Amino acid sequence: MSKAPRSASANRDWGSDESGTSILHVDMDAFFAMCELARRPELRGLPVIVGGQGRGVVLAATYEARAFGVRSAMPMVSAMRLCPAAVIVPPDHRRYTEVSRAVMATMAEITPLIEQISIDEAFMDVSGARRRLGPPTVIGARLRAQVQAAHGVTCSVGIARNKFLAKLASTHAKPDGMLLVPDGASEAFLRTLPVGAIWGVGEKTESLLARWGITTVAQLADSDVATLQAAVGRVHGAHLHDLAWGRDPRPVVATARERSIGNETTFGVDQHDLVVVQARLLELCDQVAARCREQGVVTRTVSLKVRTNDFRTLSRSRTLEVPTDVARDLYRAARDLLAAVDLRGLPVRLVGVRAENLVERDGFAEQLTLDEATSSRPSARREAELALDAVRERFGRRAIGLGAGGTSVARQRPEDRGDNTRDSRHVNMT
Amino acid sequence: MKFRVDRDVLADAVTWTARTLPARPPAPVLAGVRIEADATGVITLASFDYEVSARSEIPAEVAEPGTALVSGRLLADIARALPHKPVDVTVEGTKVVVTCGASRFTLLTMPVEDYPTLPQMPELSGTVSGDALTLAVAQVSVAASRDETLPLLTGVRVEIDGERITLLSTDRYRLALRELTWTPATPGFTAVALVKAKTLTDVAKSLGSGGGLVNVGLSTGTGMDLIGFEAGGRHTTSQLVDGDYPAVRRLFPDATPIHAVVPTQALIEAARRVSLVAERNTPIRLAFSEGQVVLDAGQGDDAQASEALEAVLVGEDITVAFNPQFLLDGLTALGTDFVRLSFTHPNKPVEFTGQESLDGEDSADYRYLLVPIRFAG
Repeated sequence: MSKAPRSASANRDWGSDESGTSILHVDMDAFFAMCELARRPELRGLPVIVGGQGRGVVLAATYEARAFGVRSAMPMVSAMRLCPAAVIVPPDHRRYTEVSRAVMATMAEITPLIEQISIDEAFMDVSGARRRLGPPTVIGARLRAQVQAAHGVTCSVGIARNKFLAKLASTHAKPDGMLLVPDGASEAFLRTLPVGAIWGVGEKTESLLARWGITTVAQLADSDVATLQAAVGRVHGAHLHDLAWGRDPRPVVATARERSIGNETTFGVDQHDLVVVQARLLELCDQVAARCREQGVVTRTVSLKVRTNDFRTLSRSRTLEVPTDVARDLYRAARDLLAAVDLRGLPVRLVGVRAENLVERDGFAEQLTLDEATSSRPSARREAELALDAVRERFGRRAIGLGAGGTSVARQRPEDRGDNTRDSRHVNMT
Repeated sequence: MKFRVDRDVLADAVTWTARTLPARPPAPVLAGVRIEADATGVITLASFDYEVSARSEIPAEVAEPGTALVSGRLLADIARALPHKPVDVTVEGTKVVVTCGASRFTLLTMPVEDYPTLPQMPELSGTVSGDALTLAVAQVSVAASRDETLPLLTGVRVEIDGERITLLSTDRYRLALRELTWTPATPGFTAVALVKAKTLTDVAKSLGSGGGLVNVGLSTGTGMDLIGFEAGGRHTTSQLVDGDYPAVRRLFPDATPIHAVVPTQALIEAARRVSLVAERNTPIRLAFSEGQVVLDAGQGDDAQASEALEAVLVGEDITVAFNPQFLLDGLTALGTDFVRLSFTHPNKPVEFTGQESLDGEDSADYRYLLVPIRFAG
């Protein structure tokens, strides 16, 4: 959910000229929460928060919950204090991914020029679909209706001449709306907004600009480029000035597949015991490898993320000699990375593993080791993990997992320990 | 301490001694080179990082014996930059003064008493031809792993049995074996040692290239396992890698029903050209049929390349795919006019051996075993 400031006056009819506006930004409304409502209609109208128990963060909240001040990425504890009546739903990433993929597939019927930027957001360039399907507003309206009918979730659509404006338009169309910003009205639309609405203007830039008396996009647009560059730096200053005038040359670049797959866990209690951290790492590798196999990709780069209890986050990555989708291979790299990290003797709060540099496994050439090649079962380890996949397919994700053969703590289920595991996917962004 | 030494001799010796100095030494003194001048007219330069030690002895006119410890890198840089005139080295208080012609350098000394004792050169175990050692080490070390997380595989296994030395290395994907002869100090001498490939390569290059003989000393089972090499007044010792090397000889196939012989250089050049279109980790295919081998790489929408070469094939047609770099490493290491590739199955390891003529016999002195790339189903 977007935290970007909005302007009430920006959500109005800016005209109906669609000639120069072929870029659509499609943004799912409170996506994870709506996915839950779709399968549990009895929750409709209630404040619902999707997030883990205990020390996790809010992953999504319905608009009813947002009315209480609940925001995404807020600690669950704070959210529950703001809205004690909220229904807490644990996240089900598998389902969100399925819905997301189905929605993207619906979009792909309109045009192949789709740039997915996260699980619940994508840009489309419909210039080639106009003759076939009509003007962008017709395409957008039909897409919104189709998505709601097929998946029970709603999305908002922004239509403008470029990605920057389309994204701002969808933000102001939310929830469950559509906003067209005609080419000729782009500057006028922008001038109604505060500077914080601009992509790339965070708290820091906002306060830097405020020192020069710039708080609105209109002031930004009217400022001298040199002034802006003095305020926020040469490159950033010029960029902001361009954006204030609605100039954004980035094209919609079709993204085909996910570029990384990762899982991470926040421990219920900060962990001093590295054996426990390693055991968790193995579980995460197991999950990440299973997802790689599910999607038919192999990874070349394993990255590790560790956060100590002072909130210092360390990331390390290693490129593998041979790409893999086998948990044991991921784990070997991740464990070595962990061993090389200087934790300064502090306990671990969070640990995560990410498979990056993904390539399609299909037709992928596999360099076996001498041992594997000369044995009668060349891919024994992979076959073992495929067997795990089959068991999970039948009896559920928690039915079986790789074990470290370690401590009893390591064998406990994450939810028994009050830990929060979440997965995330990153899609290529330009 | 005070001595006069030939500029080239000094530059050479300092450069050699300082070459193994760690970039980030665990203790400041380990960045130093110890200079020891003795009354008999010998200067000994020494370096040590607790794993590898190097000592170089050079003749000099010693006016005053003594010892000093100075920054090795700085001394090497200075020695190389000096004009071609005799070099005078003197200790003055806490400084070493290097004078050469009109140039004068002053270097700070480090406390020589803090410098660790260098390991003794192990007793002589035997002697090997420098050229043979250099070649053999180069051929074997290509297959050694560079992955520091597999310390065992970064080593070269040295097996000594009487007059025969066998060198072995593997990074799990390929295996290189090289046999050579030497002269053991005692007949029937046997030993097994694991030496870091990096160290061995460096030693072979710097000691073996002179064309003379290299003395080798090995001490195992006496607490500190050490190998030492000596040639032309230069000594180097290295700690052995600890651990049980995997049993790899069994990986060589017992029988190979198919084999092909190809001119080595032509195959190297063709493989280089074709692999230009092979992206990292994508294979190069070799399709052998009667009288020829066709190399190709790239597939689908990617760039593609192919090239045909004459080849002798004995047995059924066979197609194998290799990591281009692994293939080139093996072919380049062979050093013979012809290469024999012996196959059992397209997915089983392929053995590369060298031979001198198209229809001759192959030599078992050097064997390179490489696992082909398999296409994932």
